[in-house]
Amino acid sequence: MASAIARRTVLRGLCHGGRVALAVPLLDCLLSSNGTALADGRPLPVRFGTWFWGCGMNPERWTPKKTGPDYDLTPELQPIAPVRGKITLLSGFNVELDGKPNHVHWSGNIGLRTGAAPAQANQNDLPTLDVLIADAVGTDSRFRSLEVTATGNPRHSYSSRSTSVINPSEPSPLAFYTRLFGPDFQDPNGADFKPDPKVMLRRSVLSSVSDDRKRLLTEVGAADRARLDQYFTSVRQLEQQLDMQLQKPPPAEACRVPGKPADAPLGQEITQVVANHRLMTQLMIMALACNQTKVFNMVFTDSASSTTKAGTDKTHHTLTHEEAVDPAQGCQPQATWFEMQSIQAWAEFVAAMDAVMEGPGTLLDNCLVLAHSDTSFARIHSVVDLPIMLAGGAGGRVKPGLHVAGTGDVVSRVGLTLQQVMGVPVDRWGTGKMETRKPVGEILV
Amino acid sequence: MSRALLRGAAALALLGALAGCKPDEPANSGAQPVVQRLSEQQYRQTIADIFGADIKVTGRFEPIVRREGLQAVGAVAATVTPSGFEQFDVMARGIAAQAFDDAHRARTVDCQPKAADAPDSACAAHVLARYGRLLFRRPLTDDEVKDRVAVADAATRSAGNFYAGLQFALATELEMPEFLFRIDRSVADPDHSGQRRLDGYAKASRLSFLLWNAAPDSELLDAAGHGDLDTRRGLTREVDRLLASPRLEEGVRAFFSDMLVFESFDTLAKDPLIYPKFSTAVAASAQEQTLKTVADLLVRQNADYRDLFVTRHTFMNRALGPVYYVPVASKEGWEPFDFPADDPRGGLLSQVSFTALYAHPGQSSPTLRGKAIRELLLCQKVPAPPANVDFTVVQDTSNPLYRTARARLTAHRTAPTCAGCHKIMDPIGLALENFDGAGGYRTTEAGTPIDASGDLNGRAFTTPIELGHALHDDPAATACLVGTLYKYAAGRAPVPGEAAWLKWLNDRFAADGYRLVDLLRTIATSDGFYAVSQPASASRDEANLRHGQGKEG
Repeated sequence: MASAIARRTVLRGLCHGGRVALAVPLLDCLLSSNGTALADGRPLPVRFGTWFWGCGMNPERWTPKKTGPDYDLTPELQPIAPVRGKITLLSGFNVELDGKPNHVHWSGNIGLRTGAAPAQANQNDLPTLDVLIADAVGTDSRFRSLEVTATGNPRHSYSSRSTSVINPSEPSPLAFYTRLFGPDFQDPNGADFKPDPKVMLRRSVLSSVSDDRKRLLTEVGAADRARLDQYFTSVRQLEQQLDMQLQKPPPAEACRVPGKPADAPLGQEITQVVANHRLMTQLMIMALACNQTKVFNMVFTDSASSTTKAGTDKTHHTLTHEEAVDPAQGCQPQATWFEMQSIQAWAEFVAAMDAVMEGPGTLLDNCLVLAHSDTSFARIHSVVDLPIMLAGGAGGRVKPGLHVAGTGDVVSRVGLTLQQVMGVPVDRWGTGKMETRKPVGEILV
Repeated sequence: MSRALLRGAAALALLGALAGCKPDEPANSGAQPVVQRLSEQQYRQTIADIFGADIKVTGRFEPIVRREGLQAVGAVAATVTPSGFEQFDVMARGIAAQAFDDAHRARTVDCQPKAADAPDSACAAHVLARYGRLLFRRPLTDDEVKDRVAVADAATRSAGNFYAGLQFALATELEMPEFLFRIDRSVADPDHSGQRRLDGYAKASRLSFLLWNAAPDSELLDAAGHGDLDTRRGLTREVDRLLASPRLEEGVRAFFSDMLVFESFDTLAKDPLIYPKFSTAVAASAQEQTLKTVADLLVRQNADYRDLFVTRHTFMNRALGPVYYVPVASKEGWEPFDFPADDPRGGLLSQVSFTALYAHPGQSSPTLRGKAIRELLLCQKVPAPPANVDFTVVQDTSNPLYRTARARLTAHRTAPTCAGCHKIMDPIGLALENFDGAGGYRTTEAGTPIDASGDLNGRAFTTPIELGHALHDDPAATACLVGTLYKYAAGRAPVPGEAAWLKWLNDRFAADGYRLVDLLRTIATSDGFYAVSQPASASRDEANLRHGQGKEG
């Protein structure tokens, strides 16, 4: 395979062979003729994703009374009615602060994603679980993971290896389209495949960027060494991307190259957020169906949602703190309106994934998506009883459509479960009081 | 060049001559060397300087997370993620393709290849060493040149075009860590036994990024290569040259952009129904207005830093006219403008950049403004609110008892858990309530007159102008500037061993009449700025032998 060819060899090949004369092994023989699965019987890939909204919910209007399948749809779960059978609701899971402060809109989000309450605001030393999963399953797709946000702000990303390595979110649907389906895209269902000589050349020269890696790493202190090493890892990932472009991609029956989206205005006004989320949804679905990635992270609104509604003076976040509770409705009506927009968008996202046929079922059946927020009741930044939903069957590994009530358990149980389902070899996860060895067994097949 | 600028340059030259004697500078321990990722602006400026301003840089720079209140410090912890590198790859290939295209070749390739379709190692070496030196901010070693030429020759053979070969090789230079990261290298300090200092090229980078926010130019790299930056005379000469250049304004603007968190303008939006005048053009102009004010006052006029809080002199363009309710004659561009003596506007705090940035999308925010003044301009940390704080009772704008922000906040901060922090934020933030969430002037809120009175650390004021004067006279403001500038320059927070040196810096700033250009000169010509505590690794000495002390070739 091209990836196994040392750079020096490639360069030598280029030098001696004149114009591109590299043979790249084709993979046709490895594929079954109908293209729905690999010839060796391996099932379709199972993908993992996260879907995030900011500023939580109202627990008493959220949590169903009934557990198990066919759980009751409370007022705030109404939008998921059409896809209830595909969504598992997890209630009663907490971030255990373990003596650390509750850093508002941070501890809940990062605690859930890293299995440890962060010591400082806007800092996290541990990788988020999507990164751990991508390390295990994402190495053989073009992108190890893809991050997008509907808020227009690339800083709105909660996927990170550490505070220094935050995977930035793509805010522009058009730029996201170009990254995925632009000139570098290899259509898995394309009639004929010829490795692009330009890509070969790029691949061969790119390794030379790391020529002085060893020397550089000895010249700096330990912390800087880790940062430079991350840089070289990033170079390596681009090399792997190019390697993949030089091989005929396996056919993907559900892959339909989407149309190029218009250059839409970006921003945090809710109608813009909803519109951009729809565009991003269509692109992300096809990124999955076309095997461009196995791991993704979508942000609908940011932690401490600064979403606005045209003509009103307060953001969603400000409303959660300043709006009075309407006794008749039992909630802050305007803040809750924003929350309902979020849940509606999540339901749309799930339905869209479920509308794409793949193998014997749908794309959603071959995915596992974690949706959650940074807090439960945002007014007091509660990290108790966080709103968590799972969608998809993970290729038949989990039972969808259940309500599982934790009883104040650590939320790291959820993260451990997701990693295990996705094949990460891990038997315990979390730090301090968040450490657990107990997955959420109820959802496992 | 304006007459004022010429005068400034002459004055600078005179000061430079006087700076020949070593000032009474206390020892500075220095700290570990840093590895700082280039900012977007630094990257773009470097490309424009080397290849021309018409070269397009197309791609997204991954964000740097602020630390110690600055992007410059965040850059010392920043790395490159896979998607970030993908973008650097896109940008590098785009730049390299333009640099050697038909339109630019005559300017960028100053040797004639033997054939257009075959490798010419000598010509490639010449071009790649020349650009490599400017990109890496030091000369390339022989091995490094050989490696780049190997890439160029191989790519030339493959593509059948000499310039395509150059293009691929230049792209790799643009993707290498030596370009994307500023890697401090140090040597033993011959003047202070047992101590270390930055090597000449690292000094050149520090100087150039601090004063111009750009990579060192060829002249400065020459000076570094000749060892000039290690002599007082040579260092002073280069510092004076950089300070006298119009490019100093870029450096000062970059510092204030960082200090005032201007990257927030990238995503700043106001509700168009509540603030119909606020547009993308207004946001961009507001930012530019402040930077123009800063550059004019502190660089061209070489005025007292504290005047920034009270100056009535600024600049206007067409976009800002309606926001400030002033006529703007110029159809294009900027014109100087002075607020009349009885105008409620004057000073940094009354500018739209400040009042709109520190506000909500549809509402002003005395708390955000008070917090920004405390933290950015006085370096006084405001603690985070308790997680379970309840704002609802007092933030109900429909309550007739609490029509104004002052009334609502007063009720709020009587709650004991809230009092501590709001006491330090609100009195100064409320002084700016005459400016709505988009920076427009107003005298009432919900029909009730706005009371802008308050006090700053015991000094009473009744108007935004008087708040500016209180800030002008607060010693914390100048100490904050010194501390922030030093963090910005060094890429890190000060360490305990620098305390005496920082006090000296503050004293010098006061003695020089709080002039920013003088403060920059003091820092740039000091020994302390280049002090390094100890090698970060055992092999650093050896590496420095190979890289830090290479002479210009």
